[in-house]
Amino acid sequence: MNTKVNIAGVELKNPITVASGTFGSGMEYDEFVDLNLLGAVTTKGVANIPWPGNPTPRIAETYGGMMNAIGLQNPGIDTFIERDIPFLKTKDTKIIVNVCGKSTEDYLEVVERLADTDIDLMEINVSCPNVKEGGIAFGQDPKALYDITKAIKAKAKQPIIMKLSPNVTDITEMARAAEAAGTDALSLINTLTGMKIDVNRRTFAVANKTAGVSGPAIKPIAVRMVYQVANAVKLPIIGMGGVMTAEDALEFIMAGASAVAVGTANFHNPYATVEIIKGIEDYMIKNNVADINELIGCVK
Amino acid sequence: MGKIKMTANIIRQEMIGTDIFSMIIEAKEIAVQARPGQFVDLYSADGSKLLPRPISLCEIDREAGTLRLVYRIAGKGTLEFSKLTSDHTIDVLGPLGNGFNLEDGKAILIGGGIGIPPMLQLAKELNCEKSIVLGYRDEEFLSDEFKPYGEVYKSSDNGTIGVKGTVMDAIKEYGIEGTHIYACGPTPMLRAIQQYALENGIRAQLSLEERMACGVGACLACVCKSKEVDHHSNVNNKRVCKDGPVFYAEEVEL
Repeated sequence: MNTKVNIAGVELKNPITVASGTFGSGMEYDEFVDLNLLGAVTTKGVANIPWPGNPTPRIAETYGGMMNAIGLQNPGIDTFIERDIPFLKTKDTKIIVNVCGKSTEDYLEVVERLADTDIDLMEINVSCPNVKEGGIAFGQDPKALYDITKAIKAKAKQPIIMKLSPNVTDITEMARAAEAAGTDALSLINTLTGMKIDVNRRTFAVANKTAGVSGPAIKPIAVRMVYQVANAVKLPIIGMGGVMTAEDALEFIMAGASAVAVGTANFHNPYATVEIIKGIEDYMIKNNVADINELIGCVK
Repeated sequence: MGKIKMTANIIRQEMIGTDIFSMIIEAKEIAVQARPGQFVDLYSADGSKLLPRPISLCEIDREAGTLRLVYRIAGKGTLEFSKLTSDHTIDVLGPLGNGFNLEDGKAILIGGGIGIPPMLQLAKELNCEKSIVLGYRDEEFLSDEFKPYGEVYKSSDNGTIGVKGTVMDAIKEYGIEGTHIYACGPTPMLRAIQQYALENGIRAQLSLEERMACGVGACLACVCKSKEVDHHSNVNNKRVCKDGPVFYAEEVEL
């Protein structure tokens, strides 16, 4: 039975990784799951300098999910290279570093600093809805997305994954722009911009007013978008959005994702990733699937 | 050992005040390593409610392998927990956070509202002279259980229980003195205690509350402002769930 999948020339031992921001750099989940079992660890977004993030409350629960506006709090690339990458290098898993920035120059600085490090892939966060500058501004305009993808691709030593926002009218337009600019892969979806009002306090439930909705409540939207993008471009896709179970992950794979990221589920069940990997293997045995790659995009 | 998520048997549950419940669960792996001031995450059985509810440890029985959790109904999740009986189980993750450092000296334990429960295990384990100050809105709970461990003083918003006013009013009214403060309660209370402690050179440990998701320090939802640059993100944000929930008064800005 083969569970290996390939993302832009990087072989993952299985299709399961984590959604950026839900797993830190893996240290906090190391005592729950054997990180060696994961196809890859995708890190929390890192910028050129430390970012303090947004005021609290930063999260709220929603029906079948949650919303967050953490605001990309991160230690900056120096600490990340000194502390987080060496930690991940002690594990037998691939490293996907999520890169964030406020300007093209910020992104390029991080990409250049990562060039000499032993990481496998870079996921470029042009879709965070919770920061005022950068982030989603690059991910909602095809021209801006094309330009930043082109600029990053010109400097990047490792293959890049452009992470797409669902907060657009036609996600395939964005996917095509990133493909035309030379991205090696795509990941989708980031969170959907939402709002919750606390009627007792008569104010916003999250201090940032708007926040990104995640969790199983958004999964059907995510599966639909992965399917649309898979049929619009020839790039490998990392699918995500509300994956709680192996069955959820298989939906994304059959819709066209080569790998799947587990996000909000980690907060509900810290063992979710390894349980999903086991569940996929069980499905393959039960259904006589010799190679996971047979399932990728099998639903037309 | 370390943090563990497990399914716990509920030994019993009772209502001890309006919307306030006391639940005893069997969670040996968590209980044997738990310390006062730590907390656990409880999970709803309803798939529409994904995020765990952080609940402080009121009592820890390491021999019996049980934990006592006293909580107030604050929403749909805790409402669901309040209906569970010894016929049910509940998923629990813990022990979480760092808890209180037990220090020598003359201690003042201060609990406000639903910040009172975690002071009980602390009162049991703190081996020194103790004054216990409990602040209520208008309804008393748990106070009798503190009596074996020290002199108990009370305050209430409307004056029906102890001194009318806040825990700080009770401390002044009764002339309560100490070298070490341990406190848990609403932020305005902790802010007043922080100011009092810093002005009077009293070493104070404050247990904070913030909305949490992961409970283990990964998601960065439950940060508080810290005076020093934090070691995780190089900014001034400590994680309440992982670096706290207990902080020294001089560490945080409330």
